[in-house]
Amino acid sequence: MAGLAVAFAPLPVQPIRPQERTFQIEARQFAYSPSELNVNPGDTITIRLISTDVVHGLYVDGYDVSVEADPGQTATLTFTATKPGSFRFRCNITCGAMHPFMIGKLTVGANDWLFRSAGLAMVAVLGIVILVKRS
Amino acid sequence: MTKIELTRNTSIKNALISRYPQLAVFVVMLMGYIFAILAGLVGTPVGSHNFSIVFVWIAWWAILILVAVPFFGRGWCAVCPIPLPGEWLQRGAVLNPPDKKPKWFNLRWPKALRNIWLQNISFLLLALFSSVLLTTPNITGIVLAGMLFAAIGLSTVFERRAFCRYLCPVGGFIGLYSQTAPIELRIKDKRVCATCEGKPCYNGSTNGYGCPWDVFPGGLTKNTYCGLCMECLRTCPHDNIAVNMRPFSADLAKPSTRMDEAFKAFIMLGSAMIYAGVLLGPWGVLKDAAYNVGTSTWFIYAAVFLSTIFLVMPSFFALCVTRFENLNIFKKRFAMLSSALIPLGLMFWVAFSLSFVLTNASYILASLSDPLGLGWNLFGTAQTTWQPMLTSILAPGQTLALVGGLIWSSRTAQKAANEAKVSAIPVIGYCLIVTAVMLWLLL
Repeated sequence: MAGLAVAFAPLPVQPIRPQERTFQIEARQFAYSPSELNVNPGDTITIRLISTDVVHGLYVDGYDVSVEADPGQTATLTFTATKPGSFRFRCNITCGAMHPFMIGKLTVGANDWLFRSAGLAMVAVLGIVILVKRS
Repeated sequence: MTKIELTRNTSIKNALISRYPQLAVFVVMLMGYIFAILAGLVGTPVGSHNFSIVFVWIAWWAILILVAVPFFGRGWCAVCPIPLPGEWLQRGAVLNPPDKKPKWFNLRWPKALRNIWLQNISFLLLALFSSVLLTTPNITGIVLAGMLFAAIGLSTVFERRAFCRYLCPVGGFIGLYSQTAPIELRIKDKRVCATCEGKPCYNGSTNGYGCPWDVFPGGLTKNTYCGLCMECLRTCPHDNIAVNMRPFSADLAKPSTRMDEAFKAFIMLGSAMIYAGVLLGPWGVLKDAAYNVGTSTWFIYAAVFLSTIFLVMPSFFALCVTRFENLNIFKKRFAMLSSALIPLGLMFWVAFSLSFVLTNASYILASLSDPLGLGWNLFGTAQTTWQPMLTSILAPGQTLALVGGLIWSSRTAQKAANEAKVSAIPVIGYCLIVTAVMLWLLL
């Protein structure tokens, strides 16, 4: 029961007025800079992707939106961060050997899933420790 | 849950005893393996379009870590093509044993090396170069070919499957995690083995070869070194060998006291965490360090990698062994308690692989039609565009794997601590901390 509560109970949400956020991200083999973005739910995000070497892309997991930038060029992607949580963004244009691992991270609001998972782990361990103590 | 003897079913038993079904799988696997080597060496250098990378590190890896190891233990070893050419050469036969003795050196493996330290080292060697290995087709081709030739070479010098038992970098961790699998090969009655003349399961007979894994089935108590090759099922004259279904992690009820196996658990646990950070994390500087082999940053990466696995993680774990009486007892307790890390390590790899595999699985279809990246379109799927799969279930799946692994490990820690006569709570605390780190790295 405690585990279910930790996993699924609704958390209090502090309403924050949505903003327009613009990030300039430089892409090079095989990294983004900055590679971690934090926004609030409801924010309108504009990503200006600048590729500094070869053609790179930026695909956002969970949002299924993407953009491609040619070398030296800037490409723009705009979307609204409607889904809270943590999402990986990754290069979707084959750009070299380490291409599958060219990854960044977008966090929309608090990373609730991480906190819930950690809470679930704590509850599980607590239950087992109580069992150990009793046995 | 009690054991269910699968070989009681005549159809299953006959299928396992007959060499032909196994040979058919072996031949397909060997052809795939040789093609992967060729694709790596002559195909496109673009990893995500080359059969060697896509089928070895995405398709095979997914099947191995998400299905084969958790549910069939050493099931992969039963059909692995790597030892085949060497074994055929060593035996001078492909199917049934010939009358004559092996014609090669047939030496015993050196006693000092009868452990899995060489497997630990071979895995770490690949792990340190993994960013290049996983992404560069010709390096994958060279490594696959190297493993094939090493197995052939060792088969001509040493008896049985020396490569599989003592050197294979994959076999080491499959053996470790096979202890958790719900399948086993065991004898039915110890007394039958004790009185059996000639021990054909170990020495061979006209019906089959002596155990290729250098194991006497009569003494089998865990899966670690049984390759499920089924030779003993063929040679046992008393019908005393059974393949059973059993509860998960049954072997861990009696934890090992060996330090080579204990360190295997740390190597696998630590590697999964480091890979999660380096390969799946957003930190470009780590990727650069791991990929640029030979540079000063790579040496720092290698030093951090090795010290995390051999110093940091074991040192903190040693604090869990709360009682120190003398060094031998301490080492024994350390090794026994480290068995708690085996389910957790397996689940770390499952969680890591879920992310990697679901993201890149769409390359499989394209590579199937154009395995060498030469512009072919054999099955009309060459133009399949890259698209991550099932991303909505990824985070819940990873949480399930990691928290499930934590619970599984905590229960294992309880049993190991009872055997070692120490408290399980510090070990459970250790498992909780490393799980929290892994959650942070993946989610």
